[in-house]
Amino acid sequence: MLSALAVYPQTNSCIACHREMGDELAVPVEAFKLDVHQEFGLSCSDCHGGNPAEEDVDLAKDRTFEGAPLREQIPEFCASCHSDSSYMRRYNPSLRVDQLDLYLTSGHGKLIKEGDTKAAVCTDCHGTHGILASSHPKSWTFPWNIPDTCGRCHADKDFMKGYRIPTNQLEEYEQSVHAYALFEKKDLSAPVCNDCHGNHGAAPPEVTSIAFVCRQCHPSTGELFSKSPHKTAYDELGISECEACHGNHKIFPPSDDMLGTGEKAVCIECHDPDSKPYKIASRIKKLLDDFVQKTDSARDLLEQADEKGVEVSDPKFKLREAHTLLIMVRNLTHSLDIPAIEEKIQEGEKVILEVHEAGQAALKEATFRRRGLIISTFFVFLLAIALYLKIRLIEKKNQAK
Amino acid sequence: MNKFLKEALAYIDDRFKLSALLELAKEKKVPEHKHSIWYYFGGICLFLFVIQVITGILLLLYYSPSVDSAYESVQTLMSRVKFGWLIRSVHSWSANILIGAIFIHMFSAFFLRAYRKPREFTWISGFFLLLIFLAFGFSGYLLPWNELSFFATRVGTDIAGTVPLIGHALKNFILGGPEISDITLPRFFWFHIAILPLFTVVILGVHIILVQVLGMSKPISLSDNKVREVPFFPNFILKDMLGWLLILVLIGVLCVFLPWEIGQKADPFAGTPLGIKPEWYFTFMFTTLKIVPSHILFIEGEVLAILGFMVGGLLWMLVPFLDKKASKEKKSPFYTWIGAFILLYIIVFTALTYLVPDI
Repeated sequence: MLSALAVYPQTNSCIACHREMGDELAVPVEAFKLDVHQEFGLSCSDCHGGNPAEEDVDLAKDRTFEGAPLREQIPEFCASCHSDSSYMRRYNPSLRVDQLDLYLTSGHGKLIKEGDTKAAVCTDCHGTHGILASSHPKSWTFPWNIPDTCGRCHADKDFMKGYRIPTNQLEEYEQSVHAYALFEKKDLSAPVCNDCHGNHGAAPPEVTSIAFVCRQCHPSTGELFSKSPHKTAYDELGISECEACHGNHKIFPPSDDMLGTGEKAVCIECHDPDSKPYKIASRIKKLLDDFVQKTDSARDLLEQADEKGVEVSDPKFKLREAHTLLIMVRNLTHSLDIPAIEEKIQEGEKVILEVHEAGQAALKEATFRRRGLIISTFFVFLLAIALYLKIRLIEKKNQAK
Repeated sequence: MNKFLKEALAYIDDRFKLSALLELAKEKKVPEHKHSIWYYFGGICLFLFVIQVITGILLLLYYSPSVDSAYESVQTLMSRVKFGWLIRSVHSWSANILIGAIFIHMFSAFFLRAYRKPREFTWISGFFLLLIFLAFGFSGYLLPWNELSFFATRVGTDIAGTVPLIGHALKNFILGGPEISDITLPRFFWFHIAILPLFTVVILGVHIILVQVLGMSKPISLSDNKVREVPFFPNFILKDMLGWLLILVLIGVLCVFLPWEIGQKADPFAGTPLGIKPEWYFTFMFTTLKIVPSHILFIEGEVLAILGFMVGGLLWMLVPFLDKKASKEKKSPFYTWIGAFILLYIIVFTALTYLVPDI
């Protein structure tokens, strides 16, 4: 019985009073039930101080009581635990403890220091009393909730008035290939706001650093670009690398039409029709188009054979090899290195040739099967007619008897 | 007939007395009347069974009964072995047509009361042959080890597991453990090519001997009349062969235009694909189990449905002994209504499986 009493939770006067007070003052009571801090055994007094064992309000609000911090105090308020590595080790040793340091370097942190209390603080992104771990799918900081979390302020024109930054980032991001990967394909590794801008140290990347941001996930493309003539030219002109052609928040799925000299080509935005780069762009586009056309043609052949019932899983597997080479060629276009592109295309064409031959053989096999069926059916019918005539002959004989 | 052929036939006849068998066949008579068409389905079943044996033996040349190589061996057979696609497609299509032909043969025998005295055991042996061929279908379906067959087998054996009292043991026996594993495939293979063929040879032998000894039944409505009879050989057998040729053409067309697919290799760790269902001949039971209420009175609906099928099957097998009127050569319309209801039930529930998959 004593042990049962020992484990029975003691009355928490904060919760008891706030529940009784109702309305706005009762909100934290309900919200805190799901809070990650509550899961770790922390309670109101661990953040706000006071003595929850006392039933009397005045006694409960003893000299340790801090109450609710002002907005500008919140970062330090949370950091009193979250920046204390020895304290945090007791609950979550893997969690970083440099959030406040990073925050103070961020756009938000700088504004707060300047006295702008509209700038985001911890609770704006993580919540107040219903804080969930970032790994929880309902957490505001879970990957597929982050665009909306940031968008709550950054997409609000009225709120952002006076900051001189656009408010269409969320709308643009939602149309991007990254959003498609995240929301449609449920790929949690797809980049959201914080993957490019940082989270606690959130700041817009400078022109010179955008390329490094993209290289976090696209290192091979970045490496090829660095070897290309574009690198020096962009550096000299102060143009941001990837963003110049692909955009920033509204990054559409890249298409082959972006290359070359067509209407949708990005190359013609900088290069004149008589220039050498214009011709190079045209040549690369032609090489790529030819390769794509050959790949499509081989795929069509296999699909035709498949529809006609011929087993083509081996050449289909081979076609995947050609598709991989096509992806490599598309990547190589960032280098503008025509010999390297041609070499890779030749490698791919060998594979496509094999697939093409297999596809043609499969179609030939389908024709052979149909012809075989017609010929064998003809002989079977001949046999059937002979049998029928024989049956009639026998029946006539029987009737004659 | 040239001299050599005559001498060869005489040589064989001296040693095997085939002419005596031929004479016996010529003496055997088959009744001929307006319902005679149904007699040919027995011969069609036999013909399809022979195709099964021949193509099955040929498939054995390439098939490898292990989870690591079964799918690949079928894939090789379909893509690299000359006429491998044809052998497999003929085996699969003729197996399905065979089950259909068995159902037609069984219902025609039922409606014509061919089970009545003295052919009770011809009916019972036929009923066992139906069960055996359903087992052939069930065991053969898993052998290519593709996604559809894997999950359909899982669904099928889960149903077997709910049979009252023996369900758990039955499922363990079928699968070689609580779940489909690397033990299951060789087990199904040996059932398919050794155990079931052994039972088939014995029971099919009994069935055919009984048909030969007792002859073909005449419908009750015609038993009083003088029914014309034709010799089994060559009149009946030639017409039988005509039917076989037409079936052969049908199989050929199906194999060329709709060769049996191989699908994706089974992945035991993948989730069950949506809309998975067993082979068509099990679907009427499958759909029944899907729509049956979870509880009927105090019994689980699924268990009650399975018990219903078991009792129904038993009564169906024993119908020659239950239909007293037919055994006295009297019409028994009650059994016609029962047969019609069962047939309609099977057709409607099979159609529902495909037409209303989300039922």
